[in-house]
Amino acid sequence: MRDLRQLRREKFAPLTYLLLTFALFLTMILCICVGSVSISVSDTLTTIWNSVWKLPVPESIAKNIILNVRLPRVLCVTLAGAALSLCGTAMQGLLRNPLADGSTMGVSSGAALGAVTAMATGFTLPGSSYGGIMITAMAFAFGSLILILSLAYALDRSLSTSSIILIGVIFTMFISSIISLIITFASDHTRSLSFWTLGSFSGVNYEQAALLLLALVLCGGILFRFSPELNAFAIGEDNARHVGVNVKRVKLIILITVSVLIGVCVSISGTISFVGLVMPHIARMLVGPNHKRLLPASLFSGAIFLLLADLISRTILSPIELSIGVITSLVGAVAFVIIFYQTRKAR
Amino acid sequence: MIRVPDVIRALEGNNVTVRYDRVVAVDALSFHLDEGEWLMLAGPNGAGKSTLIEAIAQGIPYTGSIRWKGRDLKTLKASDLAQRIGVLSQKNHVGYAYTVEEVVGLGRYAWKAGLFSGRDDRGKDEVEKALEITGLTALRHASMLTLSGGEMQRVFLAQVFAQDPQVLILDEPANHLDMNYQQQIFSLILKWLKEPGRAVLSVVHDLSLARRYGTHAVLLDRGKCVSQGLISEVMTPENLRQVYGMDVYAWMREMLSQWQE
Repeated sequence: MRDLRQLRREKFAPLTYLLLTFALFLTMILCICVGSVSISVSDTLTTIWNSVWKLPVPESIAKNIILNVRLPRVLCVTLAGAALSLCGTAMQGLLRNPLADGSTMGVSSGAALGAVTAMATGFTLPGSSYGGIMITAMAFAFGSLILILSLAYALDRSLSTSSIILIGVIFTMFISSIISLIITFASDHTRSLSFWTLGSFSGVNYEQAALLLLALVLCGGILFRFSPELNAFAIGEDNARHVGVNVKRVKLIILITVSVLIGVCVSISGTISFVGLVMPHIARMLVGPNHKRLLPASLFSGAIFLLLADLISRTILSPIELSIGVITSLVGAVAFVIIFYQTRKAR
Repeated sequence: MIRVPDVIRALEGNNVTVRYDRVVAVDALSFHLDEGEWLMLAGPNGAGKSTLIEAIAQGIPYTGSIRWKGRDLKTLKASDLAQRIGVLSQKNHVGYAYTVEEVVGLGRYAWKAGLFSGRDDRGKDEVEKALEITGLTALRHASMLTLSGGEMQRVFLAQVFAQDPQVLILDEPANHLDMNYQQQIFSLILKWLKEPGRAVLSVVHDLSLARRYGTHAVLLDRGKCVSQGLISEVMTPENLRQVYGMDVYAWMREMLSQWQE
């Protein structure tokens, strides 16, 4: 059994990446083809191919749907799924807490509060219509992360699994009520409460996809660079310090990086729970806990998972579109219970 | 001109004081450790032994100075510190299924930290050597979650060996281990110490072990130094009685006499 698992890990590198890339590509195509109007795979591929290379594309409803609706949406979902999953992986490693994630720790809610505040007050940055909202979301995400960690630290110094989650849950409830208050008083400038609490990708555009890509490349790059440090933290913070990790600095960098990524995701798609909680576990089952392999694996699996969740959310009750968080939470809550039970048992 | 022989102080503490809120856990303690020595920190629960170790490891704030070969530890970068001083702590719990090799390999972190500091060519050999001397070569691919307490402790000992420091700081290295493991671990450390330029400082609860392996000792009581020097001079019946409030020698003799027919 031990040998078998080892074999799977050693062989992981090229073949599994190839398989994951392929699976991601297939899922993306599937998500572009399927919807209230079905489009054939060949139509989809030719339309995208031709427009990428600036070749003439015959005008049709399909072209409009693919290029203006589904492609930007699929791109955003892919990038957000990858980003959220990376954030979850990084936090679970950094805090050595298998239940850590933007949504369980209240960071996403903090980011949502930031975005809502920026929208309600009309705070913008010159140049980008999303700039102000994103910056505020990032700042609030970081603020809530620091607040929650310090509260948990004051409660018990070991930063145990359950106290962080408990504070995160209470914080999330508190923030939700503030968000709904703001929305009530500034109804025409902000989006609906369900968008902020359950998330949605309807109506996203290429500009948002580009912003997500930029954030993912930058922050993802930083997280990959810090995979040895994440390994050290995942084994134990004291041990990390003993082997020579600059604990304070690395922690700060990773927390800021995660806040930026979550801030960008939340300002575009609202809070989507549990992606970052569940997917790192799936990835860990596939490739083991070493972040060198774990980060890429959870990037891919997060993207695929969120694509499927988005697909289900917009097709299962068509023409009604569910919030994507409904699907991720259904899956995630069950997974949360299983993971929580297992960590308790392992102790 | 009279030449004063250089004594190489591997570690030197001056007026080290650690406060937790209003409690003074370590009170103006000075100590020194030379190459080739094994300094035992002894004293009852709450004497400040583990606190002092945490301070040396730069894990908690303290006043006073701790120097390695004259250099203040506070001025060393985290990775520079780890290249010189290796710490084996008391509690090591691993939550994820890392392999033995991955955990031991982490000991090389300080030697390859930084973006442009180049590859760590020595690393593979050091890890290999550490796995071998701790008898873990066969377990190298095993998950940490499947190990026993003794194996786990050996893994972290191997990690600190792979780190290749010059001073080894150990907090209860054989705590909760069966006697055969205790003996194994202490002889491993003794062997490690034989190489030139090395020194060991450790907290050992078991006074017999301290006596057997230590060259020097610092006897602590409520954060204050009661006595320090050669192990035989520190661990006297009078000193131990003062610190532990009982006749340690008589007790040890009584325990031992049970085994004599």
